[in-house]
Amino acid sequence: MTDSKYFTTTKKGEIFELKAELNSDKKEKKKEAVKKVIASMTVGKDVSALFPDVVNCMQTDNLELKKLVYLYLMNYAKSQPDMAIMAVNTFVKDCEDPNPLIRALAVRTMGCIRVDKITEYLCEPLRKCLKDEDPYVRKTAAVCVAKLHDINAQLVEDQGFLDTLKDLISDSNPMVVANAVAALSEIAESHPNSNLLDLNPQTINKLLTALNECTEWGQIFILDCLANYTPRDDRESQSICERVTPRLSHANSAVVLSAVKVLMKFMEMLPKDLDYYGTLLKKLAPPLVTLLSAEPELQYVALRNINLIVQKRPEILKHEMKVFFVKYNDPIYVKLEKLDIMIRLASQANIAQVLAELKEYATEVDVDFVRKAVRAIGRCAIKVEQSAERCVSTLLDLIQTKVNYVVQEAIVVIKDIFRKYPNKYESVIATLCENLDSLDEPEARAAMIWIVGEYAERIDNADELLESFLEGFHDESTQVQLQLLTAIVKLFLKKPTETQELVQQVLSLATQDSDNPDLRDRGYIYWRLLSTDPVAAKEVVLAEKPLISEETDLIEPTLLEELICHIGTLASVYHKPPSAFVEGSRGVQHRRIPPRAGSVESAESPEVGQSGSSEAPPAVIPSQGDLLGDLLNLDLAPPTATVPSVQPSMQMGAMDLLGGGLDSLMGDESDTLGGDIGGSPSMGAGLGAAPTVMPAALGGAPAVGGGLGDLFDLGGGVGMPTGFYVVPKTLWLPAMKAKGLEISGTFARRGGIIQMDMSLTNKAMSVMTDFAIQFNRNSFGMAPAGPLQVLTPLSPNQTIDVSLPLSTNGPVMKMEPLNNLQVAVKNNIDVFYFSCQFPLSLLFVEDGKMERQVFLATWKDIPNDNEAQFQIKDVHLNSDAASNKLQGSNIFTIAKRTVEGQDMLYQSIKLTNSIWVLAEMRVQTGNPNYTLSIKCRAPEVCQFVYQCYEMVLKN
Amino acid sequence: MIHSLFLVNASGDIFLEKHWKSVVSRSVCDYFFEALERATEPENVPPVIPTPHHYLINVLRHRIYFVAVIQSEVPPLFVIEFLHRVVDTFQDYFGVCTEAAIKDNVVVVYELLEEMLDNGFPLATESNILKELIKPPTILRTVVNTITGSTNVGEQLPTGQLSVVPWRRTGVKYTNNEAYFDVVEEIDAIIDKSGSTITAEIQGVVDACVKLTGMPDLTLSFMNPRLLDDVSFHPCVRFKRWEAERILSFIPPDGNFRLLSYHVSSQNLVAIPVYVKHNISFREGSSQGRFELTLGPKQTMGKAVESVLVSSQLPRGVLNANLNASQGTYTFDPVTKLLSWDVGKINPQKLPSLKGSVSLQAGAFKPDENPTINIQFKIQQLAISGLKVNRLDMYGEKYKPFKGIKYMTKAGKFQVRT
Repeated sequence: MTDSKYFTTTKKGEIFELKAELNSDKKEKKKEAVKKVIASMTVGKDVSALFPDVVNCMQTDNLELKKLVYLYLMNYAKSQPDMAIMAVNTFVKDCEDPNPLIRALAVRTMGCIRVDKITEYLCEPLRKCLKDEDPYVRKTAAVCVAKLHDINAQLVEDQGFLDTLKDLISDSNPMVVANAVAALSEIAESHPNSNLLDLNPQTINKLLTALNECTEWGQIFILDCLANYTPRDDRESQSICERVTPRLSHANSAVVLSAVKVLMKFMEMLPKDLDYYGTLLKKLAPPLVTLLSAEPELQYVALRNINLIVQKRPEILKHEMKVFFVKYNDPIYVKLEKLDIMIRLASQANIAQVLAELKEYATEVDVDFVRKAVRAIGRCAIKVEQSAERCVSTLLDLIQTKVNYVVQEAIVVIKDIFRKYPNKYESVIATLCENLDSLDEPEARAAMIWIVGEYAERIDNADELLESFLEGFHDESTQVQLQLLTAIVKLFLKKPTETQELVQQVLSLATQDSDNPDLRDRGYIYWRLLSTDPVAAKEVVLAEKPLISEETDLIEPTLLEELICHIGTLASVYHKPPSAFVEGSRGVQHRRIPPRAGSVESAESPEVGQSGSSEAPPAVIPSQGDLLGDLLNLDLAPPTATVPSVQPSMQMGAMDLLGGGLDSLMGDESDTLGGDIGGSPSMGAGLGAAPTVMPAALGGAPAVGGGLGDLFDLGGGVGMPTGFYVVPKTLWLPAMKAKGLEISGTFARRGGIIQMDMSLTNKAMSVMTDFAIQFNRNSFGMAPAGPLQVLTPLSPNQTIDVSLPLSTNGPVMKMEPLNNLQVAVKNNIDVFYFSCQFPLSLLFVEDGKMERQVFLATWKDIPNDNEAQFQIKDVHLNSDAASNKLQGSNIFTIAKRTVEGQDMLYQSIKLTNSIWVLAEMRVQTGNPNYTLSIKCRAPEVCQFVYQCYEMVLKN
Repeated sequence: MIHSLFLVNASGDIFLEKHWKSVVSRSVCDYFFEALERATEPENVPPVIPTPHHYLINVLRHRIYFVAVIQSEVPPLFVIEFLHRVVDTFQDYFGVCTEAAIKDNVVVVYELLEEMLDNGFPLATESNILKELIKPPTILRTVVNTITGSTNVGEQLPTGQLSVVPWRRTGVKYTNNEAYFDVVEEIDAIIDKSGSTITAEIQGVVDACVKLTGMPDLTLSFMNPRLLDDVSFHPCVRFKRWEAERILSFIPPDGNFRLLSYHVSSQNLVAIPVYVKHNISFREGSSQGRFELTLGPKQTMGKAVESVLVSSQLPRGVLNANLNASQGTYTFDPVTKLLSWDVGKINPQKLPSLKGSVSLQAGAFKPDENPTINIQFKIQQLAISGLKVNRLDMYGEKYKPFKGIKYMTKAGKFQVRT
């Protein structure tokens, strides 16, 4: 007798029959009937009509029957909310049952009934169950809070369930702790800013204790929660690592990967010279290798994550190349991932083995895999220079096989090899040309045409070859058309005498007969270039190309860092930031690897400044030329502009080390760490280290200039305390929002000129050029006084400091807040928008000192309603020092009166738009709190003037 | 967490659905069916499939796709491990995990799934605990139930749920107390044309069948524990003791369980127990090719190599194979081009061989790809890594248990390139 009998009744009166059975007096018959109902439900049949009859069976002491009825209820309560109420009483009664199993079952089921009316009745039983004496009930109740939150978040908050849940983190039973963590994590996902999982060393300790004793699933929840914590120092982070390491030997792969995540994140904080750091690195390899012997779907997820780990810390798996060798019967998705990692691990030491494998793969059956293997050979050539020759000969061997797609793929990668090693392997061109006719894929055709054009002078019949392509010009894809156009123009510039006709033909094809705007535009540009200035054309078209970088498919460092913090999640499988997908997460917090607390070792370790990206894959190193260029630019600046143009570069050193560089790395955590790092260590480095150290520390081209400038600026700062106070640079535009461009900046007023000082950092993988800037209309008509001067292209990982002079003659529109400035920055990639707020003191002009008489008259003239009073607290300056300091920011003291030990300072300010602001500041000796009264005809500025006072006086 | 589960059979029908949160329409599986259609082989369906509002994570076991639906960020491995646990549980309860078995026991399946997850969080996945909650169907119990009207559902809170040893139930009693351990090693290897090893590694497991009364505390020690540097333990193993003394100390679950699995990596020298001599050649312009295969034992420590099965996917252009096996039988499927040869035991005095000719389709070119040869074999009484159990001791109980240890080596993914 099996359950399949329940499926057999498909005749007409089925529901009617079941109804009768459900109402039968015989227990056994009832149970059989409910089973039939459930069976129909599981295959998606609608049995909701039986609702009242099934609910009637609920009042029973037969546990199996009860469970079955509950199963039914969970499925159908939503569609019959009024009927579901009938069940409430039984639930409430069951929550008081002496048997914990039944109490737990009741509270568990109630939470699954997603009906508002029921949830109201749920609160009281749930509250009791959360404090139940039996841990089994408590742990079930913890999950129930998450369920209830999903249905009615407000209710959960109002009833104080969140606090009870937080208390459960300290429960004596590890299973309860794990479930509380799981429930809180799930709730926190929909409340990104709530401080639900407020992790501190005490809770961490509790979690670590529970970690040892709870179930495997609980361990996953706890480890994922631990990964959100930022340890206070390297010692704490080491002790957490030590307690997490045993999880690497767990049989459950999800536990292992979650443990790997915690370790990968926290080891970032450990000093590298620590013995433990090396031990940890060694411990990470075996569990990762073991994951690869699991079932293919586990392997797939593991491989996607290993791909990230290998990019971040290639040293972990550098000796494990062989485990990534592809097995004949691996599923295709595993094969492709393994191939990717093989290339990432390829190095001079193992390249021979890798190449032999790749060649083997290139003869397999699966076309996608073969293609990727051929591409991989090309990538090896580009990555490991010593192997290039071998790779090329392997590719030639493969071309000899004449397998169509292999040949095409090989030609595409050989083009890349030519780009990387120009003038080295051109001897193979002849072989390539033999296969011209077999190319039918656009990418391969385009690659071949590029090769012919690029080496036209060495291919005797280049014109014939290109001409043969030209015949079917209109049938080609755009990619091929564009390439053909360029190749023929190149050919013409190299052999002008014989190919005039050809070039005219292609130009007319591209400009007159094509409706593709890209093609037309390119055609016209070539045409005009050639007709106006062939020499210039030669310089443009035949310009020396920059070498292609080693690995083009690396994940950009900021994203990689974030993904490392999300190892084991969907984000890590898709290599996309968590915020980019998964609907449920309404705003995920960006996680960053915590920077090393570099208070001690800053001097000898150049990575401190950029701990996040210190392990970043080989970036394009700025060439000597760039460096010199930058320095020269600075020196050659016209003398009149010395102040504005040299100043920014001076600023840069100090600001970048203290502000920009670290800010950008620390992100949210900067609040806690800014304190120790913002101190002197970087100054020490700047002063003490020879210039050779500096470029390394900054990782960007203008480092030397910066280092020197640093000294100047600091000197200046100490010598003239009355200078205009410049706020440290803040992050205006995070790289995440601007496709890798990060902008931090501040404003300054120097010699009567308003300047916007910005650090542009390229965190993407490609070079950025063509910068431009524009402001939206704003309250004070600020506008760029000149174009944004970014002279050199911004290479990856490079930071450039620019200073943009501003005028106040632009269009005016009142902004909210008043000092808000909306900015658009453009580069070759896109246009990005951000807004920032400038200190109003920027607009205080130098001739803002009012005549005494005028002051008195004006003060009286302005209605008292316009007066605003403020307190400035904790200023430890006497009135003279304060007035001196304020003068540096163009706040002028006109008169001073002393009444009963209280100094009254009368001050005036003039804004660029000729608005006068008058102020009276009362300073009592011995009292650090000043009273400030501000009067102005435009009272809305008072608040911002007060902010300037506070800012100037406190710095 | 895990939202819903759909079970899909080989012909692409959903035959069971279970929802742990709100009901997700089964139309979500359309995205899975699309992926299924695109995949060339059933195994090639990608494990994680994105849809506009959900993610589908699937595993294929026993020709059934277990498709889990998730909506928020959930570790995919967590979901996959859970699905594996579902499969194991079904197998444990019903003996086999097939569509028929699941349909026959649909109510038990439903009860089990409800017990395993709550709101998408795993609740009880240990087979010991589940069996206390929901008794596995047996013929005897069905009969008894129908007569007495008692149920399949346990009425008491399972004892293991909250104890420090959640994997073991209390009050276990046996008349014959016995503890058996199987050391099973699978050797994965890729051998190149010339017979040299490209990569070889060993995946080993120690599976146990422990039927002991009370709360026994066992220790198991090895002669050469240094081999085990990459291990995954059952939660019952005390990790600290292993770290310090390289001794496995544990209170075992009741019944069958995997005590540990280990990995002997390619960096250690791995003994290869068989060798293959092969000559598969096609001549340009000829419709005939030569095929010769000879197997022989290599490093087997004097043990016999048994249950040898050779299979190879011949090139697409091959029409038929006309071969002669010195022992065993061979088959060639002209549709799938799969050649398989059931060799049996290798006799070192008279090596098994398979020789003859293969014919190509008329007009077919000489094949580009070289067929790979897969070999399966078993060697009893040998752990190829050299791992050996030293002794097993029991504490905490008075009786003397019966102990036994078996060793076996098998081929995992053992491939020879030609």
